Amino acid sequence: MTQATLVMFAVFVLMALVITYWASARSTSSRGFYTAHRELSGIQNGWAIAGDYMSAASFLGITGLVAFYGFDGFMYAIGWLVAYLTVLFLLAEPLRNTGHYTVADVIAFRLRGRGVRAIAALTTLSITLFYMVSFMVGAGSLFDLLVQRIDQTLAIVVVGLLMLIYVLYGGMLATTWVQIIKAGLLLAASIVLSILVFAHFHFSAGALLRAASQARSNGAGSINLLQPGLFFGGRNGPLDLLSLGLALVLGTAGLPHVLMRFFTVPTARAARFSVGWAMVLIGAFYLFTTIMGLGAGTIVGQHDIGKHLRDTQAIRYIVAHPADQTQLNAELAAKGYVVPNQNSNLAAPILADALGGPLLTAFIAAVAFATILAVVSGLTIAAASAFAHDIWYSLIRSGAGSEREHLFVARTAAVFVGFASIALSLGLRTENVAFLTGLAFAVAASSNAPALILALSWRRFSRTGAICGMLAGLISSLALIVVGPDVMGSAAIFPLRNPGIVSIPLGFIAAIVGTLLARDLESEAMFNQLQVRANTGLGAEI
Amino acid sequence: MQQRHLTTSEWDALARDPEFVALLRARRRFIVPSTIFFLIFYLALPLGVVFAPQLMRRPALGSLTIAYAYGLLQFVMAWLLLAVYMVRARAFDERAQALVARAATDLAQ
Repeated sequence: MTQATLVMFAVFVLMALVITYWASARSTSSRGFYTAHRELSGIQNGWAIAGDYMSAASFLGITGLVAFYGFDGFMYAIGWLVAYLTVLFLLAEPLRNTGHYTVADVIAFRLRGRGVRAIAALTTLSITLFYMVSFMVGAGSLFDLLVQRIDQTLAIVVVGLLMLIYVLYGGMLATTWVQIIKAGLLLAASIVLSILVFAHFHFSAGALLRAASQARSNGAGSINLLQPGLFFGGRNGPLDLLSLGLALVLGTAGLPHVLMRFFTVPTARAARFSVGWAMVLIGAFYLFTTIMGLGAGTIVGQHDIGKHLRDTQAIRYIVAHPADQTQLNAELAAKGYVVPNQNSNLAAPILADALGGPLLTAFIAAVAFATILAVVSGLTIAAASAFAHDIWYSLIRSGAGSEREHLFVARTAAVFVGFASIALSLGLRTENVAFLTGLAFAVAASSNAPALILALSWRRFSRTGAICGMLAGLISSLALIVVGPDVMGSAAIFPLRNPGIVSIPLGFIAAIVGTLLARDLESEAMFNQLQVRANTGLGAEI
Repeated sequence: MQQRHLTTSEWDALARDPEFVALLRARRRFIVPSTIFFLIFYLALPLGVVFAPQLMRRPALGSLTIAYAYGLLQFVMAWLLLAVYMVRARAFDERAQALVARAATDLAQ
């Protein structure tokens, strides 16, 4: 299996390199580098957005979570799909009409001044870095577990360097096409696996659901995968589920690499169609991952998903210490192991092995690596543009500087971001991946999302308000995660794993209170212009 | 429209334009209730798990629990709302385009 996986992954890398070569001639300006000249169609952009979401986290993660925890895993899929309604109704069209390169462009459109842009760039950089590191760590542990002879460190470095090549030479255009192709492959893989699962149950949904309600559990007896509470159990479990639900539905509205995609289309109509396509594709994909998850949980069974991994240290530790889940996570993290949730990530490849044989497994594994590569490339562009466009071009050079300088800084920033994320990923490689992704979502939902939504809809919203809101959301979400159970284990001060239920309202309240403290007439005067632009597209082209 | 930077008073005039005000109102009349509706519809799921855990565990259809069935219903809700908006937005587009065209001739004079 190792060799077949590597060969298929190599084919994908090669294909991506060809695209990069083709795109390199077209990304010789900063506009091309960041936004592919705003020439993508709605359907292309929709597939690319779907690609951003059909990540390893959702393909491997949701399949694994559904296989192990049933409904609680399904909740992630629901939240991530419904989140796009927030984007569709409140953000997609205004973003395309009022922004050029970055999320900070939109927030700072009428909230002029260095403070707002600097903080918006800071939140964007934090979100993308956490997100990126979580994916690269994930890629590392996947390689480690699936492909013998390549260890995690090497895998992280390889993924990091490949991604840099695509981004540096191909810019947004290459990144988009790599994302589109990957989304197609991933969707095909999940359709094939889902059909195999259904075939196993003689194409009867009732039989699949019956089996899921009496899945074999890890210990003796059976569990009902269709009932809530398997992952978020215990006293605070339901509250944690609510907190997660809130973070999921608002998090997407603050994720820079997704929002940035609305700057790549020529019209507001195309921006709307991108979300439409993305929602159809993502929804279908999540239904397939649920089927795969229930299939893996019933056909293979949790015990056997674990058995395939028994040669890794972490699994040996889990088998030897079948203790309480949260405590176990903390113990494992303290001992430097990859935490169990991470290992449930292999449910999809193992299901493929059970139903389709080694070739299908190799294909699934290769597509999973390709996915990580593609998503990380998009994140690099988001982070590089926050650095080059917001911090260098707008703050340090105050809008001066030639086109060549701008592009040079953007590429340098990409290199810098790339190496920073490789270094961070190597440092954090034993960290819980779900924890890192959760960090990104919670920060996005508590800082960027309130500022963006209020800047676009509330006339009185002021610079003080935006700065207060973003800082309160950023700091509170980070602080609550640090004192929460994922970091402090059983000694946690804050009982919930996801800080959203506290930090999201805090972000909104701080933004509103900050605004009410003092009037900002200059920003209020710009609201008319923002509204006309956002709703008509007038003046959107530079 | 030819590229020229509009002045603040020109933007303000456009914002006060009765047709623009009407367009804004029409958009809001759709978007605000829809957003409130989908947030309530969605949050009812985790809230149900918090406040009515026994109800959510009960089977709805065969082995399918109420929680899982309601989860699947979220997909239907999201897609239906998307379809409705895509149809409605076509009219918004037309009104916005008419406004831009009229503004272009007005400002050229």
